[in-house]
Amino acid sequence: MPRIGVFTCWCGENIARNVDVQSVSEQAAQLPGVRCSQTCKYMCSDPGQKLIRDTIAAEQLDGVVIASCSPHMHLKTFRKAAAQAGLNPYLIEMANIREHCSWVHPDKARATAKAVDLIRMAAAKVRHNRALEPIKVPVTRKALVVGGGVAGIQAALDLADAGIPVALVEREPSIGGKMAGLSETFPTLDCSQCILTPRMVEVAQHPNITLYTCSEVEQVEGYVGNFQVTIRKRARYIDIDKCTGCGQCWNVCPSKKTPSEFDYGMGNRTAIYVPFPQAVPARPVIDRDACLRLTKGRCGLCAKKCQAGAIRFEDQDELVREDVGAVIVATGYQLYEIGRRGEQDRLSGYGEYGYGQYPDVISSLQFERLLSASGPTGGELRRPSDGTIPKTVVFISCVGSRDNAKGMSYCSKICCMVNAKHTMLYKHKVHDGQAHVFYMDIRAGGKNYDEFVRRAIEQDGAHYHRGRVSKITQEDGRLIVRGVDTLAGEPLTIVADLVVLASAMRPAAGVEELAQKVNVGYDEFGFLCESHPKLRPVETNAAGVFVCGACHGPKDIPESVAQASAAAGKVLLMFSRDQLHREPEIAHIQESHCAGCFACRRGCPYHAIDAAEIRDRQGLLVRRVARVNPGLCMGCGTCVALCPSKSADLEGFSEQQVYAMVECLR
Amino acid sequence: MEIGYYPGCALHGSSNDYEMSVRACLSTLGVHLRELDDWICCGATAAHSLNRKLAVALPARNLGLAERDGMDELLAPCPMCSAQLMKARCVLAEDQAFRSEISEIVELKVRGTTRVCNLIQIFQRVGYESIQKIAVQRLEGFRPACYYGCLLTRPPGVVQFDDCEHPSSMETLLKGLGAGPVEWNYKTECCGAGMTMSNESTVLELGHRILSNAAAHGANCMVVACPMCHVNLDMKQSAINQRYSAAHDMVVYYLSDLVGLALGISPDALGIPRHFVVRK
Repeated sequence: MPRIGVFTCWCGENIARNVDVQSVSEQAAQLPGVRCSQTCKYMCSDPGQKLIRDTIAAEQLDGVVIASCSPHMHLKTFRKAAAQAGLNPYLIEMANIREHCSWVHPDKARATAKAVDLIRMAAAKVRHNRALEPIKVPVTRKALVVGGGVAGIQAALDLADAGIPVALVEREPSIGGKMAGLSETFPTLDCSQCILTPRMVEVAQHPNITLYTCSEVEQVEGYVGNFQVTIRKRARYIDIDKCTGCGQCWNVCPSKKTPSEFDYGMGNRTAIYVPFPQAVPARPVIDRDACLRLTKGRCGLCAKKCQAGAIRFEDQDELVREDVGAVIVATGYQLYEIGRRGEQDRLSGYGEYGYGQYPDVISSLQFERLLSASGPTGGELRRPSDGTIPKTVVFISCVGSRDNAKGMSYCSKICCMVNAKHTMLYKHKVHDGQAHVFYMDIRAGGKNYDEFVRRAIEQDGAHYHRGRVSKITQEDGRLIVRGVDTLAGEPLTIVADLVVLASAMRPAAGVEELAQKVNVGYDEFGFLCESHPKLRPVETNAAGVFVCGACHGPKDIPESVAQASAAAGKVLLMFSRDQLHREPEIAHIQESHCAGCFACRRGCPYHAIDAAEIRDRQGLLVRRVARVNPGLCMGCGTCVALCPSKSADLEGFSEQQVYAMVECLR
Repeated sequence: MEIGYYPGCALHGSSNDYEMSVRACLSTLGVHLRELDDWICCGATAAHSLNRKLAVALPARNLGLAERDGMDELLAPCPMCSAQLMKARCVLAEDQAFRSEISEIVELKVRGTTRVCNLIQIFQRVGYESIQKIAVQRLEGFRPACYYGCLLTRPPGVVQFDDCEHPSSMETLLKGLGAGPVEWNYKTECCGAGMTMSNESTVLELGHRILSNAAAHGANCMVVACPMCHVNLDMKQSAINQRYSAAHDMVVYYLSDLVGLALGISPDALGIPRHFVVRK
């Protein structure tokens, strides 16, 4: 005869407001197999847990039902309490009478009846629970960080400083990411390069960091603690070890007309180039599409000039394998493409702003390059069309953000601060200039952020207009910006010399492919999904894979850095044990029944099912069956649903348990 | 291809040159127009700003007639008409109670099954490539400023046609026929529309701006797909010249005029000599 204890929580008023807890507890006591039924105002509190522990010991319970909140919230808490009382933690079941009941049903009588039913089901299930032990898997104490922007740099350095070897993979020829291209940063106006480049150099010199630039993650196999990663190192055509970075090669390169990616097309670069003077590694790379030698077989001036003999035109892509225990994804963002309307791309509008058509309509990242001392104008603010100093500049917020019709529904979060910063930097460079900002709302939440915006308005005299811009046109070399000031209630036309569009943040190109390789979910905009928005913000639903920075959602530098350190901390925590413990609630396949159809393998979203060979004593192959890799299985149950011979089942959520839950409702 | 045809007041009245042009052009393209029997006002005049029920009931009756006659699609070459009809169709689709009420008022069952389209959409339906194949004359020398005005693309949720602030469908069509449409600034600005009667000075000011901008961007003619735009830019051009001491000499074509010329239809058959400003 089972000895089940039911513990019903009031959750203060959260449950008790709409559910008669006392009545629920009394009815639960009458359920088959229930030995005792108790309530507590806060079951998760220390006295509540003590009640559970004491009752388990006193009544010698072999099954426990906790009727309280969602298991996402407190299952771990209660399992721990049970384990302390000597009960196997997997003999605990939770009935969610808060999120699934009291919070959503206003009718108290019916909510109470539903709460009893939920407990009835949990009690029916727990009778079939088995004692389980956590799965132990070995762990490789090495980490992979994908993306070498400020988030990836921070995560890599934190891990490396703690003694963990790190492979840092960056797609571009240099690490540094978007931050390396910024001029100055809000809200302190400290120079972006000055704070970032020492960190970049640290990465390059750190004995624990292996840096892969011009590289991408090709394939990820394995599971938490034991990933095998294949990295594609694209041909750089330079021997990094021989090269001294002297610069002779790019000085002689005759192909000088390629728009610089680092300057967002504001300036040109040569075919052999370092993206920017502080690049790490400070070695050039050859653009295979622009190099005359590689495209047409002539030239080769750089090789003739190079005294170190470091130019290697015959260079090929190379695949490198790294074994790591954890992966941190920090691939960052790109800007929304303004005005480019592709057939498939619903995320592009604002053709009426003339971006790409009028040279003096630029994006905020391009404006950063015009302000930057390392930029194409040497830090002197000159507009792209004719090189004059713009006397009137209009900044437009929310281009693509908060716009369901043409862009994204979300707020890109940083643009209000970026605009305020830009108006200040502009005023500091052009004293007699006037900055105008069109905005929807000013969202400057953050330490010293609102004060910063006030400073832009009050001290540096930026004119803020609440309203949208409907159209930008060009007349006589000037830009006619037509919009509305909704506070004044009238249309507004500003004749400007330069217009800067604060376009929305989108996840970097290719993040979806990467997410699929590491089995991490992403939302409709491509931002990677965390495991829990509040309590597990850097973990993902793929064990051993963490996220940080703007690949997870729009973020500024301080937030990206904080999140990167958090991700590194989580990896360190994982690496602090000899073995990893995983929840044992995973699928298993009864091999004697398995017909080897492999429907489960095709359906498994985590690639956790392998084919195993069954051989007789002579070593002859008898048949092939499906076998679950306990390191990879996430216990989703897809295989259980797919298996035609009913050989697959889920520990802790067996078909027997589910049927028992359904049966008890009849 | 047979299609329902709703001329509206303009095409049977002041802008019958537009009707000539549309009819000539579409018949060459093999589109047979079947005029809606017993059609009434679309409600674009005063109704839409004064009385919501009347503003829906007027176009709804026309939609009901089209349904009665089994028309799947109704061409309204005047964008005011097409916008009114489309708007009514949207409103009726959303609100069933209102739909029954309106059906009772107009004494016709209105279900909203007939789709409404403008002139450009018909050209798109025929296919730009097919038009190019049938065309016998390249529109060399034409550098039109394509003018969409206010209603061809708006409101975007209702008409669902082209990019509402930055349309390009006329340019694409005309480029394919050999013309060299110019990029200019006032594609979707207001021409003053019905204010031409009540507030002429505003209309003249707006028209002057539009004509000047088109000329400044190198246009040697303009293309419209709206009778009201044509009135305000073509008929009013001399008044504009007088008021602003300007010397605009801008021929304003209907879109069907230029397509028709490319198809080899004579200017007379298209009604072009009936414009106020004509190419000498």
